[in-house]
Amino acid sequence: MAEETTIPGWKRWLEGIGDQVEFIIKFVRNIFTGGFEWSEFIRQCYEIGYRSIMLVGITSFIMGMVLILQLRPTLVSFGAVSMLPKTLSVSFIREIGPVIIAIICAGKIASSIGAELGSMKVTEQLSAMEVSGANPVQYLVVTRILATTLMVPLLSVLGDAIGLFGGYLALNLRDSMSFSLYFGKIIGALDFSDFLPALVKTIFFGFAIGFVGCYKGFHSNKGTESVGIAANSAVVTASLWIFVIDGIAVQITSLLFYK
Amino acid sequence: MEKTKEHTEPKKQAPKAKEEVVIAIKGLKKSFGKKHVLNNINLELKRGENLVILGRSGTGKSVTIECIVGLLKPDKGSIKVFDNEVVEMNDKELKELRMKIGFLFQSGALYDSMTIRENLEFPLTRILKMKDQREIDKKVKQGLDDVGLLESIDKMPSDLSGGMRKRAGLARTLVVNPEIMLYDEPTTGLDPITSREISELILNIQKKNKTSSIIITHDMECARIAADRVLVMENGEYIAEGTFDDLHKSKNKTVCAYFNDIL
Repeated sequence: MAEETTIPGWKRWLEGIGDQVEFIIKFVRNIFTGGFEWSEFIRQCYEIGYRSIMLVGITSFIMGMVLILQLRPTLVSFGAVSMLPKTLSVSFIREIGPVIIAIICAGKIASSIGAELGSMKVTEQLSAMEVSGANPVQYLVVTRILATTLMVPLLSVLGDAIGLFGGYLALNLRDSMSFSLYFGKIIGALDFSDFLPALVKTIFFGFAIGFVGCYKGFHSNKGTESVGIAANSAVVTASLWIFVIDGIAVQITSLLFYK
Repeated sequence: MEKTKEHTEPKKQAPKAKEEVVIAIKGLKKSFGKKHVLNNINLELKRGENLVILGRSGTGKSVTIECIVGLLKPDKGSIKVFDNEVVEMNDKELKELRMKIGFLFQSGALYDSMTIRENLEFPLTRILKMKDQREIDKKVKQGLDDVGLLESIDKMPSDLSGGMRKRAGLARTLVVNPEIMLYDEPTTGLDPITSREISELILNIQKKNKTSSIIITHDMECARIAADRVLVMENGEYIAEGTFDDLHKSKNKTVCAYFNDIL
């Protein structure tokens, strides 16, 4: 129905920024106004968190194993095989674990939220909710963004633990190290400054995944093709945001902890 | 094709109780880009009346009712619902108004992730803020019984046929007892028997709940069954108005085109 008009790229980009700011304001306002949708929030935590455990677990386990197998030859040449647990734990907890798990979550969660809300828009479910006097932002957006903000850090912690366990098994394929010695070395190597910044950035990763998924779904066009576009765009944008947030987080962490 | 305004007097004189105007639209204009979808629309819906708007796809029928509930903002004109100007309403006022208006979407727009029971519970708990589960259950069962879908109460929308989905959507809309019903092509995509059932259901709702309704359709059988008054729309403006029988006798070529294949 709407006729295509030529809008300059920069103007469309600015409009997009404005829409996103407006969407964040709506989200924040709806957290504190009206009743909180506890049942939907818990359902989303289950869908986002529990249903991602297997994927995150398998990926982290393999990443832990692969890292040990890749690091080993280099450390052997320095005669520093005993440093493997420390090297793995620092790299995995600080950087690789949170980022890889967040990327996996962006692929699974942001796309599913984008597709779900996009198809709700196409099938007029969002309009139906709006004209009935209910609040779609409160019911659909607030619950999903808060659920991802809570669940992604928890998945990240779980993924870290599974990844380190994978590393232990890989280490014992060639060498022999007891479970208690391996985890003793890991705990000894880790510091508060390794764990906390990584956990804090996963909270932002979770927010970005939920926000981008909801925004792309809510602002998809009408038409079945736009559901696929919304899902795809949600994954790409969320992944990009994860790297941007990671870059900023590393700079801040370096300034605060590793002078 | 010549398009002249043709206003025919309603066949029957409406009783006085029906004279109260619940929706009044004056000079409504809406464009999308360079396309003018609504050109100076004037419309009145009286209490207890079923008004059918006929017209081809893309003539602005759905846009009209989307403007009434504030889903779209008109470029120009006035829309008064119960004497309140919709165009000037803020979000809170719009939300309060929407509680009095039921909107049946073309697809039924059932919430896919919920069962039919949960679909009907949703407006009761979120809009009417009902807390008593027994009272909610009673209303849900009554609502589904009214549309003949009680046996599907625990089914998912994907398990229902197109006609059943529309009836479930109707039940969800009616469960909050709206004073005005807006139907967006309620019989589109349905077989003739189901279409007739839906049309009769619309008529029964009017009689039972005393609702005022605007029915957007291009289904002449639906118009014949449900309409007290019919408006014919073409290129964003009304070209004829009257009862179904009056318009059937119309000499206007565009109006005749709608009635050619029936009666």
